[in-house]
Amino acid sequence: MHDFTPVSGFAGGALIGLAAALLMLLTGRIAGVTGIVGGLLQPGTADRFWRIAFIAGLIAAPLIAALFGAPLPRPAMNASLVVTAIAGLLVGFGTRMGNGCTSGHGVCGFARLSGRSIVATFIFMTAAIITVAIVRHGIGG
Amino acid sequence: MPVLASFVCGLIFGAGLLISGMTDPQKVLGFLDLFGAWDATLAFVMAGAVAVAATGFAIARRRTAPAFSARFLWPDRNDIDAPLVGGAILFGIGWGLAGICPGPALVNLAGLSLPIVVFVIAMLAGMIGQNLLGKNLWRRRAASPRAIEPSPLPSRADG
Repeated sequence: MHDFTPVSGFAGGALIGLAAALLMLLTGRIAGVTGIVGGLLQPGTADRFWRIAFIAGLIAAPLIAALFGAPLPRPAMNASLVVTAIAGLLVGFGTRMGNGCTSGHGVCGFARLSGRSIVATFIFMTAAIITVAIVRHGIGG
Repeated sequence: MPVLASFVCGLIFGAGLLISGMTDPQKVLGFLDLFGAWDATLAFVMAGAVAVAATGFAIARRRTAPAFSARFLWPDRNDIDAPLVGGAILFGIGWGLAGICPGPALVNLAGLSLPIVVFVIAMLAGMIGQNLLGKNLWRRRAASPRAIEPSPLPSRADG
């Protein structure tokens, strides 16, 4: 069972926003995970080190939390491995094609009031809601 | 310094994802499941993140340069094109299937569970596929004056 947790949600969200604000104020970059990872995977990208450092920070967060007794994240997944792989492909391909994901379009784009990002966020939210409706309830969008 | 700053920002970002519960796909799917036991937490995560990020960006807009680099790389596009719409649809379907998007996927990688490793490998393959394919398909097909210019640097992309 999963309960509604608005306080930890808002607090964690504020930290995500703080990270996005700091990355812009300190390095001039948008904290979009798709752009950071996708740029790293693109041949000819010159600025690799800050990208690797940001990704290392993401992975280090739960490892540091584990030092203080938190369990490592090993989330339960309902989908089969085949569906999980298809989902991963769609997420990777789609976010790169659409130039952003929940962080770049959702958080940073909304914070910049970018029309492009707001449209993208509504589209991927809607597509995800319809997908969940079909998978869980077998109803069409 | 920019590299250290990026690491610290990644760390804070990852901590935020963990504290907010967004690294748990069941919680994300709970938000996306409007027709089940709806969990509105993700909306509060977004609200907190956007409020703080917008404040930081407003401060940045008043400055001439970031602390550790030459200039702010604000995304410079505002057109709504087919790749934006198509990419968002594909991403949304994948997100709805697994309940994981790129940030939480990388944070979860620390636990090295099999489904997450499979998801991340597939996600990276999808990104590489789009990096290779995209350049030759829709980007070249765009017959606007923009197509004559070199394609936007990845650093200027929206996210």
